[in-house]
Amino acid sequence: MSKELQIKALKNGIVIDHIPTDKLFSIVELLNLKEYQENIIIATNLKSSLLGKKALIKIEEKELKEKELGEISLLTPNVTINIIKNYEVIKKIKLEIPEEIIAIIKCPNSKCISNYENIDSKYIKEEDKYRCYYCERKILLNEIEFKNI
Amino acid sequence: MKDIISINEMSKTEILEILELAKEISKISDEKKLEILKGKIIATLFFEASTRTKMSFESAAYRLGANILQLPPLEFSSIKKGESFSDTIKMVESYSDLIVIRNPLDGSAKLASDISNKPVINAGDGSNQHPSQTLLDLYTILEEKGTLDNLSIAFVGDLKYGRTVHSLMKALSFFKTKIYFVAPESLQIPNYLLYDLEKNNIEYTLINDFSEILSEIDVMYMTRIQKERFPDLEEYEKVRGIYNINKENILGKCKDDMIILHPLPRVDEISTNLDETKHAKYFKQASNGIPIRQAMLIRVLNKIDKLKELK
Repeated sequence: MSKELQIKALKNGIVIDHIPTDKLFSIVELLNLKEYQENIIIATNLKSSLLGKKALIKIEEKELKEKELGEISLLTPNVTINIIKNYEVIKKIKLEIPEEIIAIIKCPNSKCISNYENIDSKYIKEEDKYRCYYCERKILLNEIEFKNI
Repeated sequence: MKDIISINEMSKTEILEILELAKEISKISDEKKLEILKGKIIATLFFEASTRTKMSFESAAYRLGANILQLPPLEFSSIKKGESFSDTIKMVESYSDLIVIRNPLDGSAKLASDISNKPVINAGDGSNQHPSQTLLDLYTILEEKGTLDNLSIAFVGDLKYGRTVHSLMKALSFFKTKIYFVAPESLQIPNYLLYDLEKNNIEYTLINDFSEILSEIDVMYMTRIQKERFPDLEEYEKVRGIYNINKENILGKCKDDMIILHPLPRVDEISTNLDETKHAKYFKQASNGIPIRQAMLIRVLNKIDKLKELK
């Protein structure tokens, strides 16, 4: 089945494409898909000229919230998200690493106030790192701990 | 500048401005100083133990004519009843003109400054920042050495948990300094703090024996191994008492004009037999807390014009 047909098979929803295979189940968990009631198609180890092997997820009747887009961009910044309406791709979103991350990361510093008070965690991008707005701890992208994984 | 929360948020110009202001305050008579913050109420919220910082902030404020509103001992306060930190700050904001805060959680002062419309000064947030200590450290170095540039400085002891070290090394990255971090591996300076030095092309070296560099340094900044910050007491026992400087291992082995600083309290890392030597500047450093903290209070309460009027 060609990629085009795969996407067209979905009436309304999203296709998350070009997922590195080792990140597939993290995205499933991140989006809490085991609780999702509409159709979901998950494919992995598909041939990819870019990645060698890739995974993709098609989710019927799903719209991604900004927070979810932010989370995916941190986990796998190079995926593509196709938004499908009436079997047509109406929008392609190429994710980018965000300048600010709000309410997504759990600060790895166990003594950071953001882990105690009822406030959103907040990270600011500084070159190749993120700095906690509160405790000033800097972390690399691969050190990020998500609040819901 | 509404608040003073972190040295990371201050520019070199702002730092030098406070050092200059502290020098100006020292020249004004005690009687005239009482006019500067007359009628102001300063809340000192210390959620953890402090002697020097709390007393010197309060002394600094009293000597400028301000009144002090203290957080009751924690066992008598609403915090004991489960009141959140955020609610405490909202309440205190309405009772005072300025909040001076110390809290064991990192980032607490930043959160307080976001909540409060009144200025906030960080008097120590966990192991993160302690800007008033940094400013008085810089002030002492400047007074004793006449410059902050081209100095060679060794930090000795607990460099992992010591927030005074973390704040001061950031401030020193504005100046042309050479830094030695002297600590056992388990207490060495965390990597994430070295990025700023690298970015500013500051030369630094990590070692564990200060005798290797004693003859080269201009400033020796001793720190206490802080038992209360160790998650595991067994780890503390391994490094307890690891560094001790005394007349025998310092005199004649360092530069004639090398100075020894310590944020205090000390335990056993500096022998009292060094106290009377020309190198010991740690008590002078502690007394510099008054003019520096006065400068900080005046700066955030926008009373610099009042100070100039009185000169």
